[in-house]
Amino acid sequence: MTTAPITTDDATLRTALSAGPRPPRASALSASQAFAWRALLKIKHVPEQLGDVIGIPVLFTLLFTYLFGGALAESTGTYLQSLLPGTLVMAVLLVTVYTGVTLNTDVATGVFDRFRSLPIWRPAAIVGGLLGDLGRYLVASTLVIVLGLALGFRPDGGVVGVLAAVALVLAFAFGLSWIWTTLALILRTPSAVQNIGLLVLFPLTFASNVFVDPKTMPSWLQAFVDVNPVSQLVSAARGLMHATATAGQVGWVLLAATALTAVFAPLTMHLYRSKN
Amino acid sequence: MPHVHRPAPELAIETSGLAKVFNKTHAVDGVDLAVRTGTVYGLLGPNGAGKTTTVRMLATLIRPDGGTARVLGHDVLDEADAVRSRVSLTGQFASVDEDLTGRENLVLLGRLLGYSRAEARARADELLHAFGLAEAASRRVRTYSGGMRRRLDIGASIVITPDMLFLDEPTTGLDPHSRNQVWAIVRTLAARGTTVLLTTQYLDEADQLADRIAVIDQGKVIAEGTPGDLKASVGAGTLHLRVSTPDARPSAEQLLAQALNVEVRLASDPNALSAPVSDPGRVAHLLAELSRSGVPIAAFSLGQPSLDEAFLALTGRPVGNPAATKEEAA
Repeated sequence: MTTAPITTDDATLRTALSAGPRPPRASALSASQAFAWRALLKIKHVPEQLGDVIGIPVLFTLLFTYLFGGALAESTGTYLQSLLPGTLVMAVLLVTVYTGVTLNTDVATGVFDRFRSLPIWRPAAIVGGLLGDLGRYLVASTLVIVLGLALGFRPDGGVVGVLAAVALVLAFAFGLSWIWTTLALILRTPSAVQNIGLLVLFPLTFASNVFVDPKTMPSWLQAFVDVNPVSQLVSAARGLMHATATAGQVGWVLLAATALTAVFAPLTMHLYRSKN
Repeated sequence: MPHVHRPAPELAIETSGLAKVFNKTHAVDGVDLAVRTGTVYGLLGPNGAGKTTTVRMLATLIRPDGGTARVLGHDVLDEADAVRSRVSLTGQFASVDEDLTGRENLVLLGRLLGYSRAEARARADELLHAFGLAEAASRRVRTYSGGMRRRLDIGASIVITPDMLFLDEPTTGLDPHSRNQVWAIVRTLAARGTTVLLTTQYLDEADQLADRIAVIDQGKVIAEGTPGDLKASVGAGTLHLRVSTPDARPSAEQLLAQALNVEVRLASDPNALSAPVSDPGRVAHLLAELSRSGVPIAAFSLGQPSLDEAFLALTGRPVGNPAATKEEAA
């Protein structure tokens, strides 16, 4: 415990208080960068925060490959080729919920108040935080892909295909994150944000083409799976990794990411400004 | 002064009929304040009185529902950004990031306020040193004690020395040593010319630090003046007595009631009792009289009036359920 005595005649305190010239106002970019840096520091200091959401896709990759892989495809190896892009999507989408959880925690603890009382470009806290969280999404992607490669995932699209797929998944995740930031400013507790996030994402992930070929499903479910944005994203990511993607598949995902941002980013900012 | 701006207005804070309603509750109900530039002003009141809400409106965190407020000459609604660039807020709950280290918190603030990376680091180290946190600089704030956290929090508020500092209950929950440190920081800041608005539940704290005090209750200012004015209106203090045996208490009570002509309070301790005293000079006579009447006295003290007593004196009713609920943190 460091409690160096502080008294009114403490010279260091007085020196610290009469600091030098006031710096110029931070630009929107450097304020956003500072918030991105903060988000990255959190990955460094609290890596366990990634643990539970990464655990699930890793577990499912192993479980489905070895338990059901043989039954669902010709062999576990063949199955992994189509499964891995799906678990990559699952991993990254689950991690996005933490963006909302983090923001809600900031609101609950009062850090949010300090940021809002600063003379900075107001969206910086959210935009910068989101950009930093892309680092978190990248960590999740890397873990899943390294696991896949170790298990025998051999994408036809090569390094370029895999990187393009990751970039596409991150673009969609960025758009999706705005939903969680919106919820984070409406809901009362971090765990409420997490619960709702997972409640939405789990059905969307399972009722998709991540694990099973939709052709084996009843027609009413197939209809849902086909319009499920997660299926669209998985198809595009698979396509990029195996060098079979169409411009339409990729374009649809980018459009969806843009649409999500266009709707939920302004909504988030409105809530941020008017938060009581 | 490091930066040049318009000559300071005489009033750092000027509010008129300031009001805020939460779910039909009048959290702040027509508050008029006039705080002179360069002074320390205390907002004194119990939990839920509207202190935090008032400070949050002045710091541009929430919008008033009625009335006007100018901070350092700028309207909090129309010129919120100008207000933000010159004030700093230390909230009731330490508003630092617990996942980051102390140094990282200050560097982050420095960057956000426009310092370069190197400048922000240098400024962070300077503040950590000044606030006795140099050794803990690389530890996550989660591991800090309450006093360390509060010091870091205040340090974070003065990365750029503000013209106006809001301190919302800066010492609530702190041990006496940490409290004295916070007081020293506030005094040094004030001596340097920063206007300070602090909220507190302790009359003693307001008395120690503030040039003027407004007592707030149920969203309204019920008394305003210097600490001297306020204490004069409350009474000089309270005489606390402990008699040696419980059977001696009734006679002590009777004697006190007659001599002071006030209501004597009996504590739950069967040996203790207390009474408000308007003239401390009478206490010496009183003690002599007790001794003459054969009342065995184990201990006595003349205390500052507590907030409870101030309230009783100002409102004619006790503070409703003190220390129970947190002030609305909305």
